[in-house]
Amino acid sequence: MSTRGRRVPWFPVLAALVAFAFIAIPLIGLVQSVPWTSLWGDLREPQATAALRLSIVCSLWATLLAIALGVPLAWVLARVSFPGRSIVRAVTLLPLVVPPVVGGVGLFYAFGRDGLIGRYLYSWFSLQLTFRTAGAVVAETFVAMPFLVITVESALRSMDRRYEDAAATLGASRMTVFRRVTVPAIAPGLIAGAALAWARALGEFGATITFAGNIQGRTQTMPLAVYLLLESRPDVAIGLSLVLLAVCIAVLALLRDRWLGAG
Amino acid sequence: MKLDAQIRATLGSLDLDVELAADAGETVAILGPNGAGKTTLLRTLAGLLPLDHGHIELDGTTLDDGAGTFVPPERRPIGVVFQDYLLFPNLSALENVAFGLRARGMPRTEARAVAARWLDTVGLADRHEAKPRELSGGQAQRVALVRALATRPRLLLLDEPLAALDQSARVELRHELRKNLASFDGIRLLVSHDPLDAATLAERVVVLEHGRVIQAGTFPDLAANPRSRYVAELAGVNLLTGAGRGDHLDLDSGDQLVAPGAGSGPVLAVVHPHSVSLSRDRPTGSARNAWPGTVDSIQLLGERVRVRVAGVVPLIAEITPAALHDLELHEGGTVWASVKATDITLSPA
Repeated sequence: MSTRGRRVPWFPVLAALVAFAFIAIPLIGLVQSVPWTSLWGDLREPQATAALRLSIVCSLWATLLAIALGVPLAWVLARVSFPGRSIVRAVTLLPLVVPPVVGGVGLFYAFGRDGLIGRYLYSWFSLQLTFRTAGAVVAETFVAMPFLVITVESALRSMDRRYEDAAATLGASRMTVFRRVTVPAIAPGLIAGAALAWARALGEFGATITFAGNIQGRTQTMPLAVYLLLESRPDVAIGLSLVLLAVCIAVLALLRDRWLGAG
Repeated sequence: MKLDAQIRATLGSLDLDVELAADAGETVAILGPNGAGKTTLLRTLAGLLPLDHGHIELDGTTLDDGAGTFVPPERRPIGVVFQDYLLFPNLSALENVAFGLRARGMPRTEARAVAARWLDTVGLADRHEAKPRELSGGQAQRVALVRALATRPRLLLLDEPLAALDQSARVELRHELRKNLASFDGIRLLVSHDPLDAATLAERVVVLEHGRVIQAGTFPDLAANPRSRYVAELAGVNLLTGAGRGDHLDLDSGDQLVAPGAGSGPVLAVVHPHSVSLSRDRPTGSARNAWPGTVDSIQLLGERVRVRVAGVVPLIAEITPAALHDLELHEGGTVWASVKATDITLSPA
């Protein structure tokens, strides 16, 4: 930025400083409150390790589910022209803006034991999602999938489709084209989308606690444990918060070039 | 082996209506300005764009009839060398060539062995593991060519195979492409906007403008009787053949053509009509190639005049109407035609 010959007005600079501080100070507050000496011990508390382990397992499953279901959805949105496509896309992206608690209520009445689909899952397969680890995975997938769909769809739209044509003329079936040409071409977008989805799943709170409950070792993921422990064991809560913050910074760093653009 | 096609398709503002036939072992060039529909034509043949009407038949098999029959691209016996080559960037040269064989069900090791032999035939034995971004333009072109040939197609489509190369590399690579194409015994269809490609690589030329065939025939046919401004411009180049003798050519007509860098062996010299000067008397300037002749025909083409000069070295010259007036040229009159050695483009024949 060059400001030579023209003075930068003071008001926007001051407002910008306030805005930046507003975001940065809570992070500083968190980091300065970390009891560094006892951090390792705090994180090895049974409740903390259970939450850590559960969070990793659930968020990875949610990411895999988001990829398995989200990539075909992104492909259809990017490549198939059908009436109501914009409505389908809007609904798909809704979890980005809907309060997670509301999402959790929706999940409860869809997949709960008496829900629209949940009652059949229960009576036919004795499958119950509420108050189970699988329920936490479903809740995280619900909030995380839009990140993957939106990223992969844009990657599919911006790729050079002539490579797919070239593969077809070489005798490749639709599936081979997708696997050997399309997926490598959108790999950066897919990785970025998966990382964003994973970070979102890891931080999921509202939908999880509403739909899956708050059972230690089963549905109590890190954010839930942080919320619960802040009263009784603030040191452990702060330690877990620090872990979540570190993961998010790592994801941002990974995506800096690919997604956010350097500089 | 025979291709018989009547292609009617619309794409955006382009309305394509073309009849096309070709036999095995033949190279047909499709020439035309940008937007004439050349690439669209190739896409319909390859099955990447369905016909609206018409038919495409190859060896008596209908590939597309604009209605019920449509063979998808992956099941057509057609190979395509795309503009910019479109080598898969994440695969090595070897894997690119093996791609089509693998897609057709050949086991991995066998496909790699066959692909390796194909690369060896075009002098890329030491580039098997190179990624496309590590290949030169000429190497990428050869990989693209053998990638298309490895699946043993009966029709080979080449979309501007030389356009991605810089001018200096083009002459040599055109010659090389010609050599490599000769080993393919199917039908070759070459799309280009460069008349030199058509003159050196193809036996027959189909000129496309605004989605229609304007003219078709051999290259000399087109040059003799251009039916549009575009054809006159692209086919109106003078082609002289002869044997290279270092700094000059011994023309097949018996005369000599001074042209530094002529090399040895059969050489094709291209002289653009606007590089041919006409004068009443023997020129005294820097042009070292000058021949007397008689004016065979005079053709007005808008702001320019094309004069055909008959003589030991027949040439077409393009001059201004003012020059025509000053020279008092008339059909049957005598005239000197001259060409500067530096205005001659050479390529191995």
